[in-house]
Parts: sequence; C-alpha cells; structure tokens
Amino acid sequence: MEHIITPKVENVKLLNRYTEKKSALGTLYLTATHLIYVEQTSNTRKETWVLHHHILSVEKLLLTASGCPLLIRCKTFQHLHLLFQKERDCQDVYQSLLRLFQPVKEEELYAFLYNPHQNEEERRRGWELISVVNDFNRMGLSNDYWEISHINKNFEMCSTYPSILGLPKSASVATVTGSAKFRSRGRLPVLSYYHKDTKAAICRCSQPLSGLNSRCVEDEQMLQAISQANPNSPFIYVVDTRPKLNAMANRAAGKGYENEDNYSNIRFQFQGIENIHVMRSSLQKLLEVCSMKSPSMSDYLTGLENSGWLRHIKSVMDAGVFLAKAVCEERASVLVHCSDGWDRTAQVCSLACLLLDPYYRTIKGLMVLIEKEWISFGHKFSHRCGHLDSDPKEASPVFTQFLECVWQLSQQFPCVFEFNEHYLIEIHDQVYACQYGNFIGNCQKERLDMRLHEKTFSLWPHLLENQHQYRNPLYRRSLESTVLRPSTLPLHFKFWCGMYNHYDRGMHPKQSVLDTLLTLTQRQVEGERTMTELQRLAVADGVLPDPAGPINTHADQNNQSEKMPAPPVVQSNGSCAPLINGNVKEVGPGAENSNQEDREEPAANEHDLSSKDKPVFVETEHSKEEVQESS
Amino acid sequence: MEFAELIKTPRVDGVILHRPFMPTVEGTLCLTGHHIILSSRQDNTEELWLLHANIDSIEKRFVGSLGTIIVKCKDLRVIQLDIPGMEECLNIASSVEALSTLDSVSLMYPFFYRPLFEVIEDGWQLFVPEEAFKDLESMTDEWRLSEVNKDFSVCPSYPSLLTVPKDIDDESLIKAASFRHGGRFPVLSYYHKKNGMVMMRAAQPLTGTNGRRCKEDEKLINATLCAGKRGYIIDTRTIAVAQQAKARGGGFEQEANYPQWRRIHKAIERSNILQESLIKLVEACNDQSHNMDRWLSKLEASNWQSHVKEILTTACLAAQCIDREGASVLVHGSEGTDSTLQVTSLAQIILDPACRTIRGFEALIEREWLQAGHPFQQRCAQSAYSNGKPRSEAPVFLLFLDCVWQILRQFPCSFQFSESFLIMLFEHTYASQFGTFLGNSVAERAKLQLSHKTVSLWSWVNRPQELERYLNPLYEANNLVIWPSVAPQSLLLWEGVFLRWNRSTKCLDEAYQEMVHIIEYNKELQNKVNSLRRQLAQLETEDSPLQTP
Repeated sequence: MEHIITPKVENVKLLNRYTEKKSALGTLYLTATHLIYVEQTSNTRKETWVLHHHILSVEKLLLTASGCPLLIRCKTFQHLHLLFQKERDCQDVYQSLLRLFQPVKEEELYAFLYNPHQNEEERRRGWELISVVNDFNRMGLSNDYWEISHINKNFEMCSTYPSILGLPKSASVATVTGSAKFRSRGRLPVLSYYHKDTKAAICRCSQPLSGLNSRCVEDEQMLQAISQANPNSPFIYVVDTRPKLNAMANRAAGKGYENEDNYSNIRFQFQGIENIHVMRSSLQKLLEVCSMKSPSMSDYLTGLENSGWLRHIKSVMDAGVFLAKAVCEERASVLVHCSDGWDRTAQVCSLACLLLDPYYRTIKGLMVLIEKEWISFGHKFSHRCGHLDSDPKEASPVFTQFLECVWQLSQQFPCVFEFNEHYLIEIHDQVYACQYGNFIGNCQKERLDMRLHEKTFSLWPHLLENQHQYRNPLYRRSLESTVLRPSTLPLHFKFWCGMYNHYDRGMHPKQSVLDTLLTLTQRQVEGERTMTELQRLAVADGVLPDPAGPINTHADQNNQSEKMPAPPVVQSNGSCAPLINGNVKEVGPGAENSNQEDREEPAANEHDLSSKDKPVFVETEHSKEEVQESS
Repeated sequence: MEFAELIKTPRVDGVILHRPFMPTVEGTLCLTGHHIILSSRQDNTEELWLLHANIDSIEKRFVGSLGTIIVKCKDLRVIQLDIPGMEECLNIASSVEALSTLDSVSLMYPFFYRPLFEVIEDGWQLFVPEEAFKDLESMTDEWRLSEVNKDFSVCPSYPSLLTVPKDIDDESLIKAASFRHGGRFPVLSYYHKKNGMVMMRAAQPLTGTNGRRCKEDEKLINATLCAGKRGYIIDTRTIAVAQQAKARGGGFEQEANYPQWRRIHKAIERSNILQESLIKLVEACNDQSHNMDRWLSKLEASNWQSHVKEILTTACLAAQCIDREGASVLVHGSEGTDSTLQVTSLAQIILDPACRTIRGFEALIEREWLQAGHPFQQRCAQSAYSNGKPRSEAPVFLLFLDCVWQILRQFPCSFQFSESFLIMLFEHTYASQFGTFLGNSVAERAKLQLSHKTVSLWSWVNRPQELERYLNPLYEANNLVIWPSVAPQSLLLWEGVFLRWNRSTKCLDEAYQEMVHIIEYNKELQNKVNSLRRQLAQLETEDSPLQTP
C-alpha cells in the first residue's frame, strides 16, 4: 500500500488501438493488487482489471498535445494505452506501478494475500489434489524394472529435482550418486514417463560434464540400467534437444554431450531447439508484429517469418514427435536433456507424454503433466516468468511455447482434448498471476522453504471447479486410446491469434463455434434434467406407461452434473472497497469485465427443477458489435 | 468428330493408382470420351472417375517398362497412375492430353451428360431477372427493367434485361454504353432496403487522354442520387493503373464532370496477376520441405492472402458507404467483369442476410457473376498446374469464394451453407457435368442453347437429399450487417481448398460429425421436452374441470 502515490485519477483516456473515436474516458484506480480502469457512460459501466503481476512494462511516452501517455504492456499480451491530462498524475501512476509490478520479495506476491475462502483442511486437500506419486502408480510403478526412490528426499543429491524420483531398479546407489555428480547441477537421468504397452521409458537429465574427453563409469552404468529396464529394445536414444553447435560450445566449459563411444548401445541425436534467449527475442519480435497498427498482409507474413516464432514451435513439436515415435513405434527408451534440463527438456518430455498418453489430454491430466514435468522437475517459473524484480535475461516464454504446442495439436486433433482453448489461456494467465502458489519459486526445495503449502492456495481446485468453461464439447473419450501422430509440415502450424492477440477482440471470429457448442451442451444438461422430471410427472399422471431414463446415453460424455456449485468469489483486499457499487465481480486476474461480453454463466446445481415450467432456451449470442477495420 | 479417334488405348489392366492419404488401388484403367476410370473390379472398393476437363496438366515418367503418369487436376488434386508397358503409357498420356484440351465447348461433358435423377425444379428457370425485379418493385418504383440489350447488341456481355433508373430512356442508355468499356453502362447491382441506397456497377468510362465526357452517362448515374446527396465511385484500381488506362482509351470519372461523386481508388490486382499468384500459392502448399521460413516466405511471395485482404477491404468499403454513410455507390474497375463483381457480390453478403442463405447465394452467383458476364469459361480454362502461358485464365471467382469463406469463418452461425458448398462451387466452375458455368456471357449461353442441351447445377444441388450435405448445422438466421475483420491475423489460408489434398481429414471430419451430433441431439431433446410438456399441460386442462366444481 505504501507504494501507491495516488489511488485514483479521474478523466483518464483509454486509447483504442485503431480509432481515436472509440477511445474511452474513465477513472483509473490503483489498488494493492490491481490496476482498475472504469469507463462510465450514461448506461454502461465497463471495468478493466489488470493484475500488477501481469504487467510486463510501463512506459511513459512523449508528451502530446492531448495529454501524457502511459503505455502498459502485460505478460498476458494485453496493452493499455492511457492518456492523462496532468503530467503529475501520469508520473505518480508511473512511479507507483514501477514499484507495484516488480515486487522485490516473494512475500509481496499476490498469492500470499489471496484467500479463496478455504479453511486449512480445504487448503491441504487442494494441494493434495494433484499428486506425482499417483501418476507413477497410474503408469504402473513400481514394477519389475522401475521403482519409486526417495534417495533425494532431502534434496541433497539434486537440489532442483523433486524428492521422489523414478529410477531403474537395477541401478545401485553408487551408480545413481556417481551419475548425479557427472551431470550439470546433479540433475541425473530419472524417469519422466513409463509407457506400459511397450515398456519403453522417457527419461530426463541435464547435460553430462563430459568436457572434451571426461567420462564417468557410473553415468555409463546409469544409462545401461535405463537401457536394461526395457526388454523390448537393445538400445536407447539419447536426445540432446540443443542445436549441435551450442552443445559443442558447452564442451569447452567442461560440459557437453554423450560420446557414443563411451556408452554402450546408445543412439545419439541432436534436435536443434534454440535456447531461452533466442526464444525471448523471438517472442519479442512476434509481439511487435501483433501490435503493428495496420499492417499489410505482406508486413504481417514477413514479420511472422522474421520472428522465427513458428519455426521454434515446430522445432519443439518435432522433438516431441521424435520421442513419441521412438517409444511407440520403435519401442525404444529415450533419455532427453538440454543444458540444465529444465526448459527444452521439460517442453519435449511433456509434449511426448501428451502425444503418447490420452490421460494427459484431459482437464485433470494436463494438471498432472504440468505438475510433474514442469513444477516438480524444477522449471524455473519465478525466473522465466519474471515474478520478481530479477535478471531480465532469465525470463523466457518456454512454458508459453509448450501451451502453444498443445494448442497446435488441438487444431489438428479437435476431438482428442477434454479441454478447450480457454483452459490453456487461463493456465497461461495464472502462471503469471501469482494468485495461487503453484508457479511461485524455481524448484520444489524453494517452495518448501517458502512454506507455500501453508501460506498460499493451489490453483488446480479452482480450475476444476470451473471446468465447465474449459470443456471441449467435441471431446470424444472413445478416441482416447490413440497415440497422436501430428503432421509437422510447416503449413500445419498456425499463428495463435487467441493467445497473442487475445485482447484484440475485433480480430477474433465474431461468432464462436466453441461458445455456441458450450451453450448447447449446457442447455442439453438442463434439457435432460427437465426431461427426467417431466417423465416422472408423466408417469405419475399416467401419460407414460413406465419409468424411462433420459432419452439416451449421450449425456454421459459431457456430463457436468458432478460439478460443484461455484464458490462465492472473494475480494481479497479492501482497498478497492469504494469502487464497489454492488456490481463488481472478480473474474480472475486481469479479467476484463464488461457489460457487453458477459459470458453465459452456466447454471449451477441450484438452477433447480422449477425451470420445468418454462422451456429453457439460452439464446446463442449473435454479434451485435460491428467491427470495421478496413478503412 | 468421334472421341474414339483420340483414344489410342481404351483400356489397360494392372494399373496402380496412388493418392495421398488413401490406400493404393490396383485395377483396370479405361478411357472414355470424357472420363478416366479406374476400377479394381471388386466390390466395395472405390472407383476413380475423373473428368478430362478436370485435368490441368499431366507428366510422364518411365522406369524401365513401367510408366507413370502424374495427373494434376484443376481442383488441385494430384494423382499418380503406374501403367505397365511403355506404349500403353504413352498412348494413355497422349489421349488424355488431347481429350482434356478440346477446344470446342459443344464437345464438353455437360452436352453428353444425362441426369440419373429426376429434375424437379429446373435450375435454368430459377433465377430470371424478372423475378428479381419484382422484389425490387415491391420496395421502390425508381427503377425499370430495360430491354435495350434484347439482342445483346448494346453490350454483348450483359444480359438482355437490365435494371436502370426509371427516368433514363433506352436512347440515353445506348449513348452511355458507348462511353463505357465493352458497352457496360452503369446498372443496378443492389438495393439496400434499410435506407434506399443503391450499388451500381459498370466498366471504366472511355475518357481517354482527351478527357472525353458523356452527358448521358453523367445523367444516368446522377439519377440514382437523392436530392442534395453525394455518392461514391469506387474504382477497384489504383490511381496509377487508372491513369495508365487512359492511354488505351479507358480512364476514370473526372471530378469536374461528376461533381456529386467522390472517387476512391483501391488496389485489387488484375486477373493475370491473380493467376500467377494462384500458381505460386499452390506450389508452396505442395512443398513437402520442413523449412518453416521457406513456407512463410513462399506464402507471402504468392500474394494470395494480400489479394484476399484487398478484395475484402474494398467490399467492406462499398458496404460501409451504403450502410454507414448512407450514400449510393458505383463500382468499376477496367472491364467491369472481374474485380467489380468481386466487390459488388461480397458487399451484398455483408449487407444482405438473404445472400447468406443457400437460395440467396445461388441467386447472387447468378445475378452478379453469370448474368453479369464474368467470363467463366476463359477464366477457368486452366488452373494452378497449367504449363502453358496463361491467356485469360484467372482465379477471380475462386478468390471471391475464398473471401466468402473468410466471412463464414468469422461468422460461423450466419450462413445457411457450409464450407463444403463453397468447395463444391469451386470444383464445378473448373470442371462439371452441368452446363451452368459454360460460356462467358448470357449471350454465349443462349447461343449454345445450354438450357436445353445441358442440365443446370442448381437442378441437382437443390434437391433436398443433395442440399442436406451443404447445410450449416450452426445456422441461425441473422438479420444484421456482418462486418468482417480484415486484419491479417483474421484472414487465414483456406485450408479446405489449398490443403485439401495435403492432409488427412479424418480428425476434422470426426469433429464435424460430433458437432452435428451435438446440435441434432439438442434439437431432438428440446422437441421431446416440449411435446411431453404439451401432453402434461393438456392433461391438466382436462383434469381441471373435475377439480373446480
């Protein structure tokens, strides 16, 4: 609070990117957690909430005749272009935001303030909802080849790994510890995914400290143990996800990659995914393209090409596909690493899991996958997302790329994911929001030290409660057993407008097939409920001869009756109390709240049977908004 | 001429057909006057029936005595036929080449095709100008139907009946026609019911370098303006191109002579450039290289998406002038048979909900393309694989369909038809068993006696069992003007046409089926709920007299 120089500025213009005419006039509020812009005209009130943590940069632009402009760029790819009448106000807001959007200490993060009205028991259960051990069990561990090991329980062997590891049964303690010593930051080869059908495994680690010609017997034994844990293949693939040149450069620094001569029966392979710095600047270039004012088609396509973004997405996808193919077609195990094994390795392993195992394509399965491959294996969320005021060179959109790969897959396979695009975007927003504790910290040890499980709440229960919004109406469980074999020809990769131009509503289709189908499936649930009730009445009245269930079983696929009623939403801090005129609702971090775009709130359970008196028709929303960008 | 003379080898056994994403088929290849047929002669296997007219080019290759013919089709499909025997292969290749490049229209398949269905509604009689005029008459009495072009002498590319301002007599029309390229004087294209504004189309005025003028032409278009109102002339060419046209006798309306009109120039490319663009795009789409930069730069270099953007932008501008500015519009380019029609027809889709129904869209194609004299036969003679030097081929209509698809994608619930309807139209413009897209103008079609000698595409499409395939399950009539976004991010490559043969559609088909299933199940459920509710209500009214004594 002490950072807020001015909590409220009136007569602030919110500039429209396209037309001066559509600019809004309103009031800007600064709270401890949000920047809120309220546009108030005679009969509408439109609120734009931006979480401070979502802010990427605040920039004072050159003074113009019409006022002092302030440009706020967000990690959610939202832009706010504000125009203040007084220089003083602009400066005050600028100063306040600079301090607010880049907290110095972890305790200042939103998650430490936020309470979704849960008691301690609920908090504990929330954190236990997604369990990596359960996923090991689901894969069939422990078995003849693999076991769950507690060798890292105090994070002594590897401080950035989880405490629970999957290791080949045949590897001795000496082998394991020896191998850890030979791997960058002790990140030894451990199990990522065990494919029950083929007995092939995906393992992950960091680069070996091979330098120009060092070797390590234990590490060689470790790879041998992994190889022996798969009776179906005489060799394992070792995949270095880096470009060969980068890997070679590392040798000079005492790191590097596996020498095929030293390891028996490995097949070594580079994949050529670029490092975090290249990815960061690629996204930067992509976003420049996205925010061009009125680009020609040629500007846009050239910009898209020059950004290299889709090339990088394709390289990640190619590597994931390589892994999945090795496992399901060649029945060979794969060991994956990059440099530290927490960025590219996480991308590639999680993508391969998604291709191989339909479980990870469900709403809950994706949570498990993210928990397993990203959170617990020490993807440095705090650094990569820049939660705190830290080295900007550590930030990189590695996780965003993973989400995009999932989206690209959903474009090729519209029926195999239980979730829809909203889910991916919501997860992305939440990763940066720091409203829940899941993505704070860089590894499990840090999270334990911060006592996040006691001080913050988990995101996953919140997402599950709202899962009706995130469902893919086209999801077909019957197709789930298949391994996905996407095409990776360049022309199958598309620009993800829904993510990078998310806030440019004018660019999106004005009618959404997804929303229409979601409304229909919602109506279907209500219709079935009404039907059951009517049938009950009909039987009682003798219109129908005997009790019959709902007219068929299609409902089971999209059954939402199990969902919990939405909990009351909470305003966690009182600082914006004066704002509340009885119509403020919090939709989530950075959510834009406007009268025009109120989504259909799916009826909760209490939407009771009294609805039987009238037909339940939810009008499909038609575009009444007419957007014109042609002139 | 007998086709038999051209067929050197009528059949070959042991031919293997390769198609992308489909199993190979081995069977007997037969050549007929109009088709390549490959049949495995087994039950339940798909046969290939390919119209010669659909073949854009063929290539031959030999490995030993095994010959291979690569057949590239106008619908962008590429198939491969392995033919044992060098002589057979050469014979087949040269026969197909001859048969697929026959010059005479009257030898085309539509003249030989006999429908296996009963024609319930003759498509040739469906969209006559008189009917359209009746609709107009019910809204306004400012217009009349002129027979000045009865014998196609005033304008060979116009139909015999034209809608013109009531106060302009045929004499003036003839004079105005002499001032417009190809005699295409300004005629009514669309009447906007909401505010009475109109869209007219024409060809460029023949001002030449001397700045010729024509009082009748000025009077004609001024007659469409309300008192004190200004109108817009949308010239689809850039000012530079329009200036150049003067040297060849063409030009544009001078401000001084048309003081009530504001002229706006846009930049829709001429047809020969569009053809080049199509060839480049298809080449890029067929590139199997895994280089992302190469794909994106080829896509960019093809300029196809730029054309889509430019055409849509111009159509939006025309629609905006009419609906937002409340002004009438005159659209023309050079000849008035290509970019002009793209703009006028797309503007109507934006403005007029009727054009978004199947019937309405068919009527639009009849009015704004077929009767308006778009030279289909010339434009669609060759497609993206043609080796020869393009004469007057150009994917003008395909670009129009692409633009419609872009709007459909942005407003997926506002069209009664689905993407498959657009793809079907694309196919039939290039090769068809129906006569609809033969000829270049109404006059030519009349001369060919198409309505007697061939079957209309509409006769076939409009049968209920056929129509069903093209219905959009998401359609809910929407009376609004629909403004598409023309931002580059909003305009996608039309995969349904350009990647159609380069991808497996299994997953997309499943998704579509699932969507249809959800919608149908919902309807069924609502019906059952309503009927049960009615039954119960009825019971209650029957019961109630007993309860209330």
